Amino acid sequence: MSNRINIDEALVIRARRLADEITEEVIDFIKQYTTVSVERAVVRLFGVDGVDDEGIPLPNVVVDNILRAGELGRGAAFWIANAMACYGKSAQEIAESVAHGEIDLTRVPVQREESIEKIIRELSQEAFQKIRFNNKVRREYIERLGLGKEPYLYVIVATGNIYEDVIQAKAAAKQGADIIAVIRTTGQSLLDYVPYGATTEGFGGTYATQENFRIMRKALDEVSEEVGRYIRLTNYSSGLCMPEIAAIAALERLDVLLNDAMYGILFRDINMQRTFVDQFFSRMLISYADIIINTGEDNYLTTADAYEEAHTVIASQFINEQFGLKAGLREEQLGLGHAFEMNPDMEDGLLWEIAQAQLVRELFPNSPIKYMPPTKYMTGNIFRGHIQDGMFNLVSVLTNQTIHLLGILTEAIHTPFMHDRYLSIENARYIMNNARHLYEEISFKPGGRIEIRANEVLKKAVEMLEEIKKIGLMQAISKGMFAQVKRTMTGGKGLEGVVKKKMDYINPFYRTEGEREGSRL
Amino acid sequence: MKIDLTNIKPYGDVMNDGAIQLSFTLPVPESLEAEEAAKQLVKKMGIDEPQVVYKKDLGVGFTFFIVYGKCQHSVDFTKISVAKVDMEVMDFYEINEYIRKNIGRKVVVIGATIGTDAHTVGLDAIMNMKGYAGEYGLERYPEIEAYNLGSQVPIEELVAKIYELRADAVLISQVVTQRNIHIENLTKLVEVLEAEGLRERIILIVGGPRINHELALELGYDAGFGPGTLANHVASFIVQKMVERPDIFLKNR
Repeated sequence: MSNRINIDEALVIRARRLADEITEEVIDFIKQYTTVSVERAVVRLFGVDGVDDEGIPLPNVVVDNILRAGELGRGAAFWIANAMACYGKSAQEIAESVAHGEIDLTRVPVQREESIEKIIRELSQEAFQKIRFNNKVRREYIERLGLGKEPYLYVIVATGNIYEDVIQAKAAAKQGADIIAVIRTTGQSLLDYVPYGATTEGFGGTYATQENFRIMRKALDEVSEEVGRYIRLTNYSSGLCMPEIAAIAALERLDVLLNDAMYGILFRDINMQRTFVDQFFSRMLISYADIIINTGEDNYLTTADAYEEAHTVIASQFINEQFGLKAGLREEQLGLGHAFEMNPDMEDGLLWEIAQAQLVRELFPNSPIKYMPPTKYMTGNIFRGHIQDGMFNLVSVLTNQTIHLLGILTEAIHTPFMHDRYLSIENARYIMNNARHLYEEISFKPGGRIEIRANEVLKKAVEMLEEIKKIGLMQAISKGMFAQVKRTMTGGKGLEGVVKKKMDYINPFYRTEGEREGSRL
Repeated sequence: MKIDLTNIKPYGDVMNDGAIQLSFTLPVPESLEAEEAAKQLVKKMGIDEPQVVYKKDLGVGFTFFIVYGKCQHSVDFTKISVAKVDMEVMDFYEINEYIRKNIGRKVVVIGATIGTDAHTVGLDAIMNMKGYAGEYGLERYPEIEAYNLGSQVPIEELVAKIYELRADAVLISQVVTQRNIHIENLTKLVEVLEAEGLRERIILIVGGPRINHELALELGYDAGFGPGTLANHVASFIVQKMVERPDIFLKNR
C-alpha cells in the first residue's frame, strides 16, 4: 500500500478485523433466510421471463404460488425442477402453466431426488454458461478496444424513455464518457417486481427492465466500436429487487451495478432483514458476472454533514468491503463510494476533501473507488456550480480515484440536458488531462493539515467500528449510527417477503463455503 | 444615473443595452445553416443583434450554442405585484420565545416527501438538528416537536401521522419535477386532507426548488418556499399563522 499520508497501519488492520467480526455475525443470520426476490432471481436464471394476462411478471407468479403454500423455504429451484420432472416441460412452460392456473407447484407429486437434482444442475449450468459467455465477450471487447483513462468518466442519462436514453448515451460516449448509468424511474426501488419490456414512460429516470438493459447494452456496443473504447453500462441492484436486477444484469452483460449492503435500509426504509439477505445473494450473482459494484456511502453525506460525519463513510466502507468479499466479490469489483460534499463556504474545505479522498484511496488500494460529485451544495447558480464540479474533478485526478461520477452544473435544477452533460464532460477532461500526473509530483507535508485530518477520520472510524462490534450492526442501525437515520429489525418495507430456509433448501446459485473464488465457473 | 422604472431592460454595461445570454441545443448537425437557425430563433425571441459566440457539435447530429444579444422588450416595474409569504422573519431564539409567550405549548411539525420522490436534501435542510447554512433545523427548537418522516411517504401514512401526532403544521418537500409530477402529488394530498376534514386544522406548507408562494396558494397550500429558505423562515410562518387562527390552534386542542 502506498502511504502518502502516514496512515497508522495498525489501525487499518484493526478496522478490517472489526468489520470482519461485525459482518460475520450478520451473515450467520442471513444464511438462515431467503426472500421472494432471491427466489425470483433463481427463477429468472432458470430462463423464466414474460408476464401473465394481467401483466404480472411470471417470476412473481411462480414465487407467489410457492409462498402462499408456505413452501418457499425449500427454494423455488426445487419446486420448478420437480414440476419439470413430473410434466417433462421447460421452466418457462411450467411458469406459464402456473399463470394459467393449471399447475399448483407445491401440489405436484414429488419426483425422484436424482431427476430433480439433474434438472437443477442442468438449468444452473446453462445460466452459468450464459454468464461466462458474457464475461468472455466483455473481456474481448476490452482487449480489442481498450478502456478510457482513469478516473473513468461516469455520466447519467435519465429521460424516462429508453430510446431517448440511447441518443443521450451515445452522445455522451462520443463526448468522452466511459460509463453510462441509466437512472431508474423514481419509486422503482419500492416495487416488489421487475417491470417487463421496453419502456418509454418514467419520472426522473427509466424503468430497469431486462429488455431496456438489452437495448442500451446493444447501443453502447455500437458506440464502443465507433469511439474505439469499451463503454460500460450501469444500473441499480438496489431496493426490493436487488437479487433479480443482479440476475438480469448478469444475463445482459451490464458492467457496473449500484449495490450497497445498507443503503436500502437507511434511505428507502426497506426492512433490514430483507436487505441483508438480498444484498448477500445479489453479490454472489454479481461476483460470477465480473460486474463492479458501487456502494452508496456518498448518500450519508447528503443527509449528515460531510466534515463531521466523514468517519461514518469509512466505517461503512470497511463493512461493505467485508460483506462483499464474503459473498465472493474480488477487491477489483468493490467500487466503494464516497463523495465531495463539504460545505463550499468552509475554509480549507478543499484540503479536507483531498484528505478524505486520499485516505479512501489508500485504505482500499485495489478497489475501483467511486467518487460522487457535489449535490448538496449545488444551488442553481450554474456558474458557481461548474466551478464546484471543477474542484471535484481536480481532487479526483489528484488522488487517483477510479470511477468518477461527473457533476453537472444544472444539478438541483433538472435532470441533465444534452449540453449540460457535454459541458460537464468537457470540464472533467480539461482538468484531468491538464493535471494528469500532478499526483506523481507532489507529496503531502508530514504532520500537515491533510495528514492530520486523514488520520483523525480513520481513528474515529475505528472507534465507531468498535462500538458497532459491541452492540451489533443491526442494533447500530436501530440507534441511528449511520447517516443519523434510525431503522428497526421489523420496520420498513418488504419484511413479508423474508422466509426462513428449511433444512432441505436448494439454491444452485448460492455460493457455499470454500467457493469464494467462484469455482462454479 | 436615472433609471426609468416603467421601462426596465437587462443591463450589461450600458443602461438599457438589453444585454442577455442564452445557451441551448438545436437538433441539427453543426453547420453555417445551423448557426443561422440559432440566430433567427433568438431574433424571434425579441433579441436583436444575436451573436453566436460558441457552437459545438454534440456528436449525434445536435449542436450546442451560446448566443449573446440585445433584448428589445422591457417591463414596467411599477406595476409588478407578487404573492409573498406574509410574515415577520424571526431568529431561532425569538421563535422559541414567541411560542412560549403566545402559544404556550409545544408546536408539532411533521415533514415528509410524498409520492415517489426520494429526495430529502431540502427537507433535511429544514428539519435536521444541524440545519443548513448555520441555521439550526426544526429538530433543534426546544419549543417545536419535529418529526421527519423521510422520503416516499404514502399519503395515507402521512394522514395517519397527522392524527396520531396531532400535528399543527405539515411540511411537504417535492424535488423531482420531471413532467410536472410534483403538481399531481401535491394536489392529491390537498384533496385527501379536505376529504378527511383535516385541511383547515393544519398549516400546510410546501417547499422545493421549483416551488414558489404563488404556486403553493394556487394548489391550496398555506405557503410555498423556494430555494434559499431556512428553517427559521418556515418556523416564523408557522407560529405567526397559528396565532392568527386562535380558534383552531390555541383553544380546543
